[in-house]
Amino acid sequence: MELWRLPGHRLRELLGRGEVSALEIAQNHLERLEAKEPQISAFLHVNRDGALMQAGVIDDRIRQLRQAGEDVDAALPPLAGVPVAIKDNMCTEGVPTTAASKILRDYVPPYDATVVRRLREAGAVMMGKANCDEFAMGSSTENSGYFPTKNPWDPTRVPGGSSGGSAAAVAAGEAAASLGSDTGGSIRLPASLCGVVGVKPTYGRVSRYGLIAFGSSLDQIGPFTRDVEDAALMMNAISGHDPMDSTSADVPAPDFTEALSAGVSGLRIGVPREYFGPGTEPGVDKAVRDAIALLERLGARVGECSLPHTSYALDVYYIIAPAEASANLARYDGVRYGPRAAGAVTVGEMYARTRAAGFGPEVRRRIIIGTYVLSAGYYDAFYLKAQKVRTLVKRDFDKVFEEFDLLATPVSPTVAFPLGSKVADPLSMYLSDVCTIPINLAGVPAVSVPCGMVDGLPVGLQLIGRSLDEATLLRAAYTYEQYSGNGGQVAE
Amino acid sequence: MVAGNPWLAARTWYNAIQKGGPFMPITRKDIDHVAKLALLDLSDAEKEKMVEQVGEIVGHFSRLSELDTKDVPPTSHTLPSVHNVLRPDIPGRTLPQDKALREAPDALKGYFKVPRVVEE
Repeated sequence: MELWRLPGHRLRELLGRGEVSALEIAQNHLERLEAKEPQISAFLHVNRDGALMQAGVIDDRIRQLRQAGEDVDAALPPLAGVPVAIKDNMCTEGVPTTAASKILRDYVPPYDATVVRRLREAGAVMMGKANCDEFAMGSSTENSGYFPTKNPWDPTRVPGGSSGGSAAAVAAGEAAASLGSDTGGSIRLPASLCGVVGVKPTYGRVSRYGLIAFGSSLDQIGPFTRDVEDAALMMNAISGHDPMDSTSADVPAPDFTEALSAGVSGLRIGVPREYFGPGTEPGVDKAVRDAIALLERLGARVGECSLPHTSYALDVYYIIAPAEASANLARYDGVRYGPRAAGAVTVGEMYARTRAAGFGPEVRRRIIIGTYVLSAGYYDAFYLKAQKVRTLVKRDFDKVFEEFDLLATPVSPTVAFPLGSKVADPLSMYLSDVCTIPINLAGVPAVSVPCGMVDGLPVGLQLIGRSLDEATLLRAAYTYEQYSGNGGQVAE
Repeated sequence: MVAGNPWLAARTWYNAIQKGGPFMPITRKDIDHVAKLALLDLSDAEKEKMVEQVGEIVGHFSRLSELDTKDVPPTSHTLPSVHNVLRPDIPGRTLPQDKALREAPDALKGYFKVPRVVEE
């Protein structure tokens, strides 16, 4: 039986009914993983022994429950036996974590990120650590310090980034679900280009404790899955207040599975005109407009709207994100973890050589930009100005959400592009994120949901919601998925 | 209509850069200074490339001055409310010393060891 084709909620169902064991699920996915990895390279580290051990523990528990005459299905946690992949910028105790950077080569964290701990507690089985752009800086996973990941739908193309390994692993059936992080689109873009569901929750909804920081006012962790029901289950597992993250929102998280099937009747969906332009590929434009038309036929009230400061978001982002990154990456100095450059006589030399040898070209570039915009004489002109324009971008969203419950846009203006086609030109790479960046600046939640294929390559529909209203987002995404028949696909 | 369209604005940015403008007059001296602040030991060739690339990228930022932000407060976070987050002052277990030092490239007698800090 090809268990790897099934979504997480189906695997959990079969496990609860005793039709499969957790070990069978794990082994089946490991076989699939080993068959696909030579082609896809989604993983930096495969947690083979750890996964089999976790699965064995679940099966032991099931045997005990059965002997005690208890209801196995009711007693098992919600993601019991579900194979998941974790982006390599999240700390996993005893399992290597590098953020795809040479500066953390061989680093083994002494603790789990809160999201990792919560997934373990929910019974998920960790298949390994997923490749990404170094420190999550990039849009194609080609900035990984180790190797690029390939798109499972066409291995000559990129999976998107920065969470490309997490998206590719789920699209290829190497894991049923995964975690990524999204600073300017790093969950939604690869979800769109790999044809899976990707959720960027509201800033503060999911704890960032143990996430290797990039842009601390923008970073947010979220799930990749092959259908929306699994996305809701993953959101249930990882959401909620965490005393270990001072920016964690102290509000209760709802059960995201509960409202999924409520439909979209009467829901007001805005279509911001700035997100559809001549730069959007015609096939992408059509797929997204068809998806919006289907939501309208299902009862949503669709209207055009405007987010007038959208065009400034890219500038604001490329000031704020590198500024925050340059501060966050100051901690990599060869003292407490990671390799140290040899031969330095003074501590100053040791810092500068360790950092130059450990950071890749894109990370070095962003550290320089970030340090520049924060330096004396430029702080007001760049950083403070960007923070003020960020307010205007955020106000645009506040205003349209007075009139609409959701916004619908493309995720990416194009389908997956060929490997190597943008590597030499960092600016053209930055353009991949024009439709996703404003959402991080505003802190609101968004989801990428598959909405068809163009020439064999997936297209994603972006739905954007009000702050802390992921429930409405997931409900609309679920309704669309049920009626479009686009959910649950695996790349052969 | 460039103003409202992010893709077109980005294209315009890109095209302008391809044509050689707009540039900020970023000099080699600026990059030397910033690299020093960032504690990055960059090669000469990379610094020369940075003069060009960072100049291009930063040059585009100047279009933010089109917007009047005189009465606009800055946004540093998007949380609905911010207050000090303190944990209760109760003794608890922290990361043990040997575990905290395990990943250090060099350690001695319970300390992180580094090259000489004070010049002779």
